[in-house]
Amino acid sequence: MATQDELHAAAVKIGRANPQGRMGASKYLKHLDFSVLQQCIHCGMCLPTCPTYDETKLERNSPRGRIALMRHIAEGRLEVTQAFGRELYFCLGCLTCETVCPAGVRYGEMFEHGRADIEQAGVLRKPTRDLVRMLMLRWMFTRPRALRAAGRLVWIYQASGLEWVVRRLKLTTLLPARLRGLESLTPQVQRRFSDALIRPVETPPGNRKYCVGLLTGCVQDLAFSHVNRHTVDALLANGCEVVTPRLQFCCGSIHAHNGELELARRMARRNLDAFDLDRLDAVITNAAGCGSHLKNYAHLLRDDPAYAERAVRWSAKLQDVHEWLAEIGIQAPAGSIPQKVTYHEACHLCHGQKITRQPRQVLAAIPGLELVELPESTWCCGSAGIYNITQPEMSQKLLRRKMENIAKTGAHIVASANPGCSVQLQAGARGSNPRLLIAHPISLLAEAYQNSFKA
Amino acid sequence: MQKVAADLTKVLSPERVLWEREHLLTYGFDGTAALYGEAGCVTLPKTVAEVAQIVRYAAANRTPVITRGSGTGLSGGSVPVAGGIVLCLAQMDQVLELDPKNLTIRVESGVVTQKIAELADGVGLLYPPDPGSMRISTIGGNVAENSGGLRGLKYGVTRDYVMGLEVVLANAEVVWFGNKCVKDVAGYSMKDVFIGSEGTLGVITKVLLKLVPKPAAKETLLASFSQMDAAAESVSAIIAAKIIPCTLEFLDNITIRCVEEYAHVGLPLDAEAILLMETDGHPAVVREEAKQMAEIARQHGARAVQVAQTAEEAARLATARRVAFSALARVSPTTILEDATVPRSELADMVRFIQQTAVKYAVKVGTFGHMGDGNLHPTFLTDEKNAAEMARVEKAMTEIFDHAVGLGGTITGEHGVGLAKKAFLPKAIGDASLETMRRLKRTLDPDNLLNPGKIFD
Repeated sequence: MATQDELHAAAVKIGRANPQGRMGASKYLKHLDFSVLQQCIHCGMCLPTCPTYDETKLERNSPRGRIALMRHIAEGRLEVTQAFGRELYFCLGCLTCETVCPAGVRYGEMFEHGRADIEQAGVLRKPTRDLVRMLMLRWMFTRPRALRAAGRLVWIYQASGLEWVVRRLKLTTLLPARLRGLESLTPQVQRRFSDALIRPVETPPGNRKYCVGLLTGCVQDLAFSHVNRHTVDALLANGCEVVTPRLQFCCGSIHAHNGELELARRMARRNLDAFDLDRLDAVITNAAGCGSHLKNYAHLLRDDPAYAERAVRWSAKLQDVHEWLAEIGIQAPAGSIPQKVTYHEACHLCHGQKITRQPRQVLAAIPGLELVELPESTWCCGSAGIYNITQPEMSQKLLRRKMENIAKTGAHIVASANPGCSVQLQAGARGSNPRLLIAHPISLLAEAYQNSFKA
Repeated sequence: MQKVAADLTKVLSPERVLWEREHLLTYGFDGTAALYGEAGCVTLPKTVAEVAQIVRYAAANRTPVITRGSGTGLSGGSVPVAGGIVLCLAQMDQVLELDPKNLTIRVESGVVTQKIAELADGVGLLYPPDPGSMRISTIGGNVAENSGGLRGLKYGVTRDYVMGLEVVLANAEVVWFGNKCVKDVAGYSMKDVFIGSEGTLGVITKVLLKLVPKPAAKETLLASFSQMDAAAESVSAIIAAKIIPCTLEFLDNITIRCVEEYAHVGLPLDAEAILLMETDGHPAVVREEAKQMAEIARQHGARAVQVAQTAEEAARLATARRVAFSALARVSPTTILEDATVPRSELADMVRFIQQTAVKYAVKVGTFGHMGDGNLHPTFLTDEKNAAEMARVEKAMTEIFDHAVGLGGTITGEHGVGLAKKAFLPKAIGDASLETMRRLKRTLDPDNLLNPGKIFD
């Protein structure tokens, strides 16, 4: 039987491993506060709620197993290895484990540090991976204008009918298998982005009760700019003046979740510069994944003397749009939406931010809308940031499970408050239930307000 | 890869033999603090035949076998012996038969306890043992540890529900003990030898369990007391009044404070004890019993008694007890959950002693537990990196165990001996009892292959 070193040497020969090294020393986990690493009491309560453990029943694929590995690395008993790298990228980062953890383990923070270690040690490096990471993380998602330009190109491809032709002629079969799956996940890019739909300052028609800032996001801005518009409409209807800075930056969650903590900090600082906090009662986000990370700026920048104080104020003012509306009281719409709707809970809303009640309150406020509970509503849909691209097999399994549960409800509309989930669910609907509509709860609310005028 | 792993890939399909260090490290512990061991390999059999083959290999090669389910044990019972074979039964999870006519269910060992409870519930039946880890613990592990739970006083523990077992013995023979008969005195009750044997006598692969009819109604009460003795006396008086509640749980002052800080349920911070009481059964009886229990608690000095009027209120009252462990586990990096148990009548004495000992050794201990059956959970809130404090914890624990034994109690009510309580066992049960256990072990496992070093050396 071959030793691990022999196996590695063989893997290098066929280009499947990084010749520079199969292992590396930890820089991030080692310096993580020990109380964070040690908090896990390995009781196992996270196991039944972990989608990857549920699939494989292997301890390593569970939060408890991953925490054990991270702890061994932090304590110097294990190097940052390729197997560890593969393991942490098999994790969805859905944070369900944080919800059920009796000991309050901050898994998300450990996970981000673990992935940062993997990247600095370079145990997963491969030319294509390096290139994609460079383009996406270092270039596109740090430059809002570049991102919009890329979005524009995709829009031309889709709107010109080229995408239809390509799909029709099955030209996608020419792509490598991995990319073929990816192609179906290309979000439908909007003709106009948020800055064309929303004025820098919009004032409510009646009494101005609050002044809030709006974050327009990245994917949200390209593929769901109408959701941003709906968010402004809903906020206006509830007496909020909405300030939307023209130049906004990626919140940095994609960086933090993919091992680029320094880049994540840089993005956080830029956003802090973009908003005038003193003027705002709240900073509103409508994308669950972003919100979960945005609320964490205080923690992320706690060691930055220039930004720490402002980051604390930022985190205190950062609110998910459902959370904010539920807090200030939702103005009941006069218009109705007589539809059967079910609600899929984005992981970073229900687990990342513990917001479960408020989106349902938003939906319940809509006259005529029949809310049907979704079985396993808090179980990840497999989108998980870019997981559907990096781990297509596991992602597809989760999507199938989600679509089956949705089918059980008999709902015509699935409400979901995260762009990643929405893209994933749209892909799922194309495959199994073409008549299913996927909508942001706030879009439904905005439509009900809109219907008021028609009525 | 060690030789043992290479050899076993010939017995099992290779993906069910784990040998990478990144796998072994994650099977190196259970739910117990500060215990760790690194196995030679981890095997994931799916059939009893595969289990037997692994045990046969182990016997031929004198390699220790450590059986485990989900690894939630609280005494280090499934912590691997260095270089040994971990036999993880989590993938043997088939439900074989649910028999409402005989009120039984037959399952493989890897079935999660919660699933059994749900299946029983689906046909109007109840599987009463409800250990805190039941959402993920396997029934095989529950049987091997003879797990308890919150309903011990009225419904008993796992042992009371096991009617039959399939066991792979140390010589790889597969044997079935027990049947669906309520009465069976054909020879020794061999199944009882294996219940609570902590994987040291055989590998339990299938379990036949007894179910009971689901009670139609339940009432929930919460009482707070200024003195622990008053709470204990209330419990005694309730039982003397011929009421057997299904739940009689208490929280001490430190636990109350931790719970309040964590869950904000509105508990009185200056109360010395709160008591969660539940009674289940026929609706008319339950209503009457709840009224009586509230009255008795008031007579014995309860400062407040709340009787839940709705199911939601009942759930809210039960929150305090439900989150007790979570609330304590957050306080410090290392949480050591103990389970010293005394006869019910000695409960107030024991709780007082725990509190005094904690002060004496300057360690933080929150105590909660099952007041109805005398099973306490003194929970040490500490930090395993702090050697000086850990030494004081050790001393305090020893005194607490000694005191429990002195009161006619035991060192462990429901977690088992494993590695964690091994040192305390001889004093607790005496030489003759220990030697009888050793003789039994030598008879069934002469080469000391099955979970060696657990319970005793």
